[in-house]
Amino acid sequence: METLIANLPEVFAGFWATIRLTVMSAVCSLLLGLLLAAMRVAPTPVLRGVATFYVTTLRNTPLTMVLLFCSLGISNVLHLNFSENPQMNGYWFAVLGLSAYTSAFVCEAIRSGINTVPLGQAEAARAIGLTFTASLRLIILPQALRTVVGPLGSVLVALTKNTTVVIVAGYAEAAFIMNELIYEGSGTVGIFLGFALGFVILTLPTGFFFTWLAKRMAVSR
Amino acid sequence: MHPRRVGVLVTVAALTAGLSACGGGEKTYSSVVEKAKETKKLVIGVKVDQPALGLKKPDGTMEGFDVDVARYIAKELGVPESGITWKETISKNREPFIQQGQVDLVLATYSILPERKEKVTFGGPYVVAHQDIMVRGDDTSITKVDDIKGKRICQASGSNSYKRITDPPPNGRAIETQLVPAGSYGECMERLKGKTLDAVTTDDLILAGFAGQGGGTFKILGDPFTDEKYGVGMKKGDTATCNAVNAAIAKMYQDGTGQTLAKKWFGSAQGLTLPTAAPPAEGC
Repeated sequence: METLIANLPEVFAGFWATIRLTVMSAVCSLLLGLLLAAMRVAPTPVLRGVATFYVTTLRNTPLTMVLLFCSLGISNVLHLNFSENPQMNGYWFAVLGLSAYTSAFVCEAIRSGINTVPLGQAEAARAIGLTFTASLRLIILPQALRTVVGPLGSVLVALTKNTTVVIVAGYAEAAFIMNELIYEGSGTVGIFLGFALGFVILTLPTGFFFTWLAKRMAVSR
Repeated sequence: MHPRRVGVLVTVAALTAGLSACGGGEKTYSSVVEKAKETKKLVIGVKVDQPALGLKKPDGTMEGFDVDVARYIAKELGVPESGITWKETISKNREPFIQQGQVDLVLATYSILPERKEKVTFGGPYVVAHQDIMVRGDDTSITKVDDIKGKRICQASGSNSYKRITDPPPNGRAIETQLVPAGSYGECMERLKGKTLDAVTTDDLILAGFAGQGGGTFKILGDPFTDEKYGVGMKKGDTATCNAVNAAIAKMYQDGTGQTLAKKWFGSAQGLTLPTAAPPAEGC
């Protein structure tokens, strides 16, 4: 525990890195997930096929593999990099890997929401002359998204916890700092519990907020 | 009584008997030497992911300098190779494993440090490593430690070697560099090869092991700036074992085995000075 207190600035820096990573990845994966969900219900078979392939592949690949592919594959072998600064480069590769992975789950959550919207809504939308995109944007998605607030919250909590493996993409966050402190300091259990508490502080309010929001947004049918 | 209940009772009774039999059978020994002599068995903690030091091969056998030294010491304590149980240890769990008695000896790139001496007793050192820097073989811009100013160096998870460079004195040399976080030294090497970083720093023996393994050409600068005395960790206060281990290490270098092993495992690395005699013993 003393190690934890003596290194408090580092601990906070670690969690700040975790938060920065989580927020950016959440935004990116929400956007990509929306796009994928729209593709999966699109009338064009090619779009459906591509999205289904992407979601099935990414959802069934371990996150560590996805991140390793980003860092060793894209950055190290192909030499495609975001930035000259290693810290920024690692950050964006971590965001890329996490978003690529999480968007598959976001897509499936949103698609399940689309399935809750009665078919008659889509038929009515087409009947008044709306295009596919317009009906999705104006009729289907607003209803679908309200029903999946809860599941999306769970995906966000999972994303927060998944950030702990991004070291393989070359970005140091809370778990990396924890490993370093355990290596240097004494009292493994105290350090471990401190970091576990830190993650609970991040994820528990997220969970409560989304439960509350889900209730508020729920569509009564 | 219901037949099924009788069955459960019998099982529970048998389990309890089994447990107590285990407890009774485990004789406690006052020292590891005594245990080695009587049972011809030892549990030795080694690393399993450190090429040329302690590495587990795909077929499950162990190899490396630490492993060979452990075999030699075990033999001197009267334990044949078949009596050795290898136990995987990582840097974090070496002290707990020794304190809980899960291992008898630890040879796992275990530097003898004052704060560690408070928790465990060290035999040896059996070899002295030095922190050094490894760069790509064709990199001529880095020839000494101070040249890595502004370069990208690896910050491996669960190690603080980079601090010997970046921290202010007395702990480090206050050289400003760009740190590149990575999951392990293996990953550092991949990135060094792929030119997404410029230098890897840690003990030269560890560097030599990775250099020999990964393909690609690397060179160690040969500009050492610390002494890392690798010792044999054992339970605090086990002086008898410590003395026996020290005698074994002295003998290992007298009969030339130590030099041969060092050459075998680290001989191919450029820029490394190999030991010619046993490093001075620390005393138990």
